Amino acid sequence: MNPAKLRLSEGARRDLTLAVLALALFLAVTMAYPDFAKPANLAGLLDDTAILIMLALGQMLVILVRGIDLSIAANLALCGMLAALFNRALPEAGILPVLVLSLVSGAVLGAVNGLLVWKLTLPPIVVTLGTMSVYRGAIYLLSRGAWVNENEMTREFLGFTRATFLGASTLSWLALSFAALFIVGLGRLRLARDLYAAGGNPEAAAYAGIDTGRMQFIAYTICGAIAGLCGYLWVARFAVAYTDIALGFELQVIAACLIGGVAIAGGKGSAFGVLIGCLFIGIIRSSLPLVGVSAFWQMFINGLVILLAVLLSARSRMFNRVILEAPRA
Amino acid sequence: MPIDTAPCLTLSGVRKSFGAARALERVALELRAGSVTALIGENGAGKSTLVKILSGVHQPDEGEIRLDGKAIRIADPVSARRLGIAVVHQECMVFDNLDVAENLFVNAQPTARGFVRWRDLRARAAAVLRDLDADFDASTPVSHLSIAQKHVVQIARALVDDTRVLILDEPTASLSQRECTELFRIVNKLRESGCALLFISHKFEEIFEIADHYAVFRDGSSVGAGLISDVTHDELIRLMVGRPVAQLFPKLETTPGAELLRVERLSRAGEFEDISFSLRRGEIVGIYGLVGAGRTELAQVLFGINRADAGSFTLARDAAAAGIALVPEDRQSQGAVLAFSVAANIALPNLAELAPRGMCSERAETDLARQWIDKLDIKAQGPKQAVHSLSGGNQQKVVIAKWLARKPCVLILDEPTKGIDVGAKAAVHAVTSEFVNNGNGVLMISSDLPEILGMSDRVLVMRRGRLRGEFTRAQATSELLLRAASGA
Amino acid sequence: MKTTSFLRWESMLAVVIVLEFVLFSNISPYFLSVDTLSDASFNFTERSLVALPLALLIIAGEIDISVAAIIALASVAMGLGAARGFGTPYLVLFGLGTGLIAGMINGALVTVGRVPSIVATIGTMTLFRGAAYAVLGDRVLKEYPESFAAFGQGYLAGPVSNELMLFVVFAVVFAVFLHRTRWGRVVYAIGANPVASRFAGVAVNRYRFALFALTGLFSGLAAVLLTSRLGSTRPSIAQGWELEIISIVILGGVSVWGGKGSIAGVVLAALVFGLVTFGLGLMNIPGIVMSIFIGLLLILVVAVPAILNRR
Repeated sequence: MNPAKLRLSEGARRDLTLAVLALALFLAVTMAYPDFAKPANLAGLLDDTAILIMLALGQMLVILVRGIDLSIAANLALCGMLAALFNRALPEAGILPVLVLSLVSGAVLGAVNGLLVWKLTLPPIVVTLGTMSVYRGAIYLLSRGAWVNENEMTREFLGFTRATFLGASTLSWLALSFAALFIVGLGRLRLARDLYAAGGNPEAAAYAGIDTGRMQFIAYTICGAIAGLCGYLWVARFAVAYTDIALGFELQVIAACLIGGVAIAGGKGSAFGVLIGCLFIGIIRSSLPLVGVSAFWQMFINGLVILLAVLLSARSRMFNRVILEAPRA
Repeated sequence: MPIDTAPCLTLSGVRKSFGAARALERVALELRAGSVTALIGENGAGKSTLVKILSGVHQPDEGEIRLDGKAIRIADPVSARRLGIAVVHQECMVFDNLDVAENLFVNAQPTARGFVRWRDLRARAAAVLRDLDADFDASTPVSHLSIAQKHVVQIARALVDDTRVLILDEPTASLSQRECTELFRIVNKLRESGCALLFISHKFEEIFEIADHYAVFRDGSSVGAGLISDVTHDELIRLMVGRPVAQLFPKLETTPGAELLRVERLSRAGEFEDISFSLRRGEIVGIYGLVGAGRTELAQVLFGINRADAGSFTLARDAAAAGIALVPEDRQSQGAVLAFSVAANIALPNLAELAPRGMCSERAETDLARQWIDKLDIKAQGPKQAVHSLSGGNQQKVVIAKWLARKPCVLILDEPTKGIDVGAKAAVHAVTSEFVNNGNGVLMISSDLPEILGMSDRVLVMRRGRLRGEFTRAQATSELLLRAASGA
Repeated sequence: MKTTSFLRWESMLAVVIVLEFVLFSNISPYFLSVDTLSDASFNFTERSLVALPLALLIIAGEIDISVAAIIALASVAMGLGAARGFGTPYLVLFGLGTGLIAGMINGALVTVGRVPSIVATIGTMTLFRGAAYAVLGDRVLKEYPESFAAFGQGYLAGPVSNELMLFVVFAVVFAVFLHRTRWGRVVYAIGANPVASRFAGVAVNRYRFALFALTGLFSGLAAVLLTSRLGSTRPSIAQGWELEIISIVILGGVSVWGGKGSIAGVVLAALVFGLVTFGLGLMNIPGIVMSIFIGLLLILVVAVPAILNRR
């Protein structure tokens, strides 16, 4: 057997299977409802899925180094509120400072998670569960519980995400560029390869001179920055900021990563897989009304897809076991 | 052999303590280019601390390390690598989620402006593997390799960095005979290319086969060094132990009694096939074979961890209630709950007897533990001491104690003395002998030929999942067993 | 030495509780009345009843993220039963049964399907909550018989509510089970080293399955109490409770790495949680602010030992 082919069969085969499934689903829906493939509908689908894609890419980095970020949605909400308040206070400042502010504030919140995990080696699930609560509470203190409404936002603030280019919104283009950036970066950047190594075997990584804690810090910071940016994007897209936006979204983001083939044990996952996983969810979501199924079924179907995906990958792990090899020396 | 070259790496007066515990005390060591130095010592003699100092994980409290006459400081693993010092770890420090080529270049990828130059990396990886005559491809995922091949990956990683000093930390501990031969071929190749090698091993045959020099550690100090051609086996043991050792293999002659366990045509897919044998009271049956021959898997089916696909095994009617106990191969992850105390570990398989109505009694547990601490001479401060703070040999005694306390009639020992020191080894053998003298039976899986030959009344040999030979104590010799095990 | 560090954490929790008492009774004159405190207990009893089996599950090295979704599903089952005219005993049976079955599904995924528990229960969380939405949509079920209200609104004696009594009884039962029986000992052993436990003859997967089923059953019980107290079922019922319940368990000093923790800690953590919620409510500070406090405590519970161990 050609070993090069064998290598492709690891993660790439999973990504391909998922892509084929997503495509098949897409074609099936299109056959029955030709309107589904209309550019306007596709643009809407992408626009709906864009924020999920970006957040899932960030979350993937964290899971790759054996972490998890439960605070991602709270981070988003806090940075979104910051952006909205900033825009209200300084409406003439324009869009650039808003973007910088949300990116930087998100990065700082992510870095707090990263520092606690790195410097004190605390369990990631507890740290981010804690910061999740703290960040949510902070939104309330910041806004005193009040909403920032559409009429308090500038046209520029609201318009940025909605402007279209070649039929797709800025939001969609942003998500696609992030995906492209991640696909290229994770495959080719040295830092990214070290991230995979650290997640695959932290002890061996230490001997190779990689500080796994530092890698986790970097992953959390990038994830935080993405969450921060998405905070502004979310607020601008839905034209409202309040304490509870994106409540519970962290678990949907993690679920998207799982469907996209990211291994919760670390070291395995690809940006392409995550992109396809998110699109898969998006296709289901936007086809439900066409097929005449109530949108309330969306979550149930997502649950089925997640369980199917993880059960299948658990199966394949079981059968991959090397015959007549000692379990572990 | 270029034996008299000047030392390339020298350590002198190196000391290291962890809190109150002294790990190394005035250690001296010389490694020469183009030669293999064997480092010998009992567990706890300070070998692993030394490896950690040389690989930059720990810093010595005192003392000097010189490379080519210049004093150096190995601040961290990266600077060890930069200085040309590499370690092949016993526990396979590789990345299962990456392919071979990437493994060789982790944190050392050839880059252009931060981007990995994959073509360059793959070409260099392939060249290194070609140099080593490796039997696998650079693009193979490491998760598909055997343990022996993973060791080769670690060596290849060292070669990528122009390594001048290579430390092999018990590389053969879990390799088969054939894989060892392959490893030695590579070691010889490295020696010829002028590398200074430090070879850590418990196996004397290997040391005499491969090493040019030796160095012996005892209780954290260097107690001897010289040319391997100037010493004998016995002299090395004396240096290593520093005291007379209780007789190893105190096997008493017993006359085997009635049949205790009968195994008939037992099979489990992909693990072993068509295994039939019987075990009698008062008998120790050794099971010899290479790693991966299916011995551990057989033991796990007999104990009940896994089910057989076909065939059966039955205990004699008067023994069925007492049952079969298993002391597993890996005491750290399978044998003991390290975070638990000695008492809690011994109680664990005996809870049904200690707490018949479900309610635990601390008193009953400590009493039981005290009894076994005395009986097996477990060196612990008391029943409450956590098992992780005991030495390897004493941990093993705890694992054996917890099963003996259940009074089984068949005890399966899987590599019972792997990695424990000579004193503890003798104690384990003595307990085993006493156990069979009381009319019980023992199945002893071991890769240690002298142990198998010394302890067994009968030896079964397994290869590739099947029984390939049966020898009485009188018939069995190293050559016969090896031949049956390797299929030569 | 490990026990002493636990005791230290539990006494820290006790100190926090005393401080809360002092603080809140100074701020509000109504705080220290028996009736008020009795009202306050509803803030934690339902969540804490789930926290008890979940503590065992986490000590055994697993986790269940789906508890709140199970509550929702069980509540929907009861609501549908009530709409068809089933009596109170049947409704309770539906609630408990749905919880038990949901817990068994989790257990089967982890033991038979060999899916890591965090992954499996994120999946079932989505599935169960999704089923609740799929069945109900934006409807509300509220045709509960009058006698059904007794569970969540009734009082056993004086100010002691049925819920509080249930919590106290089960806290004692769980404490005895975990700390005094051999089965409790095995739970710790599985959490500390599942492989070695299996090699010590423990039927590890049977324990895991039973613990997931137990957690499901208690989620069903919480659903009975919560639904009875609210008198209505929406698919969003108990939204976000999973993280609050896990917070109570971890706040109680249970290690997410498994093998460590005590019921006393969990009970104290539940009190801290309940008092903060209630005290801030008295001061007209919304619950969301107290989440800052809970979040900081949560980080503190793992950070303090980590900092101490460095030295």
